[in-house]
Amino acid sequence: MSNGTNRARAAGTGEPPAIAITGLHFAYGEVPVLEDVDLEVSPGEFLGVVGPNAGGKSTLLKLILGLLKPSAGRIRVLGEPPRRARKRIGYVPQYPGFPREFPISVEDVVLMGRFGLGWRLGPWTRDDRAAAAAALDEVEALDLRERQIGTLSGGQLQRVLLARALVGEPRLLILDEPTANIDQRLEGEIFELLAQLNRRLTIVVVSHDIAFISAYVSRVACLNRTLVCHATDSIDGQTIQDLYGEHVRQIQHDHDHGEPLALGTTREHGPHG
Amino acid sequence: MAEFFAALTEQAFLRQALLAGLLASLGCGLIGPFVVVKRIAFLAGGIAHSVLGGMGAALYFGFDPLLGALAAAVVSALLIGWVRLTWRTGEDTAIGALWAIGMAVGILFISRTPGYTTDLMSFLFGNILLVPTRELWFMAALDLLLLAVVGLGYRHFIAVTFDEEFARLRGLPVAALYLLLLVLVALTVVLMIQVVGLILVIALLTLPAAVAGQWTHSITSMMVAATLLGAGLTSGGLALSYAPDLPPGPTIILLAGALYLVSALVVGALRRVRTAAPKRDS
Repeated sequence: MSNGTNRARAAGTGEPPAIAITGLHFAYGEVPVLEDVDLEVSPGEFLGVVGPNAGGKSTLLKLILGLLKPSAGRIRVLGEPPRRARKRIGYVPQYPGFPREFPISVEDVVLMGRFGLGWRLGPWTRDDRAAAAAALDEVEALDLRERQIGTLSGGQLQRVLLARALVGEPRLLILDEPTANIDQRLEGEIFELLAQLNRRLTIVVVSHDIAFISAYVSRVACLNRTLVCHATDSIDGQTIQDLYGEHVRQIQHDHDHGEPLALGTTREHGPHG
Repeated sequence: MAEFFAALTEQAFLRQALLAGLLASLGCGLIGPFVVVKRIAFLAGGIAHSVLGGMGAALYFGFDPLLGALAAAVVSALLIGWVRLTWRTGEDTAIGALWAIGMAVGILFISRTPGYTTDLMSFLFGNILLVPTRELWFMAALDLLLLAVVGLGYRHFIAVTFDEEFARLRGLPVAALYLLLLVLVALTVVLMIQVVGLILVIALLTLPAAVAGQWTHSITSMMVAATLLGAGLTSGGLALSYAPDLPPGPTIILLAGALYLVSALVVGALRRVRTAAPKRDS
């Protein structure tokens, strides 16, 4: 696993933080969703954001992507305001924003990630197609290239969406619940893949599944309207209980070897926040 | 049918009608697929009906009705697009309002224009047999414009049709592209009005593309297939209507409707066979 090593490598290079958030507030109308959130993500870090449903995780991502405007506070992504940094962010949404029956091949979906690398009219170039093939290869889904998007399984679709995010040559990868719609055996494969990508990319991954992701990420941010950060090895029952506000069945897992144990119980702490 | 082919060699108006049908079918192919996959058929219907307002006003003030149609179509496309981009909800109410108001305005103007009431029927249901040469040139120009814009920007239109949020995150001007797409729909509506009339336009815009979509798996192959289907349907409808002296517009639409029905049934049957047998993607 890559815990901490990338962060150490990036320290002192003078690069701006991948994400710098200070005093962030956000409300949908009268309902406060995020209050006084501060967060700094260093280049090369692999940050997990966990928290109960409706704790504001997806909202935080939308703010980082510039799809929402903060009520107060400041967000800088790769040293710039979110809207200007957007094209250098690879984003994997929780729910794909397209109908599954849309007549489009996997390759053409991945190619969508090539927008933003320069304004050009007419068809895709050979370079674009080569980049799409390389991205599909990297997520081990090259064999799906000609498949219709609607024929993919949940795990295959997740890999394709990841390839679509990677093909735009991002500096920062943001994933919203990448494993919510796939079974738990594949969950491990996706996180192994992310750990590999973390060698060259800063990654922020949102999950409801604290026990599982803490085996992979270098730091965990717990979000339930406010944000508290932990090094992965300091998470204990009290932390989880504070976060989810009720008794939670805990599991053991080993951070040094990164192999998550007792996968079957990780979904016990449910959405009751 | 033989009667039709014989007449075709003798009658210039019939050749012009055939050409008008072929020119209109490029609109079926280039824009129809976007209307179908983006599910904006109702929106396109609103644009088509509001066009009567522009045609009526043009007649009353002594302009070419086609220019009035063009202006009305583009204005209502931009209005509907603006409502959707600004309010999100209420889009369908706005479309319905524009639909009816456009027709009401058109009928009032036509009723105040002496001697033009016979034109109303050809506006509503088309009159492919009376397309003057000047209008063929106008249709050809619209086709060229559609071909140029779609040819240059089809990747961008597919991107905003497929996944708006992702397109926005990749820095595409989503609102501008959406409005441009609606303007192209408006141009296509005007292109087809001469052939099938503004009430039936919506069928010619959606049915060939819908049939194409049942058999193809990408927007670009849908475009090719829908263009060919459109050409076949307008020519076939024209030929079928000739001997019994039926109005060609409704005949074309009924033919398109029949094809859609048959295609849907065949696709359904094939799917049932395929799920029964070991599955292989076509």
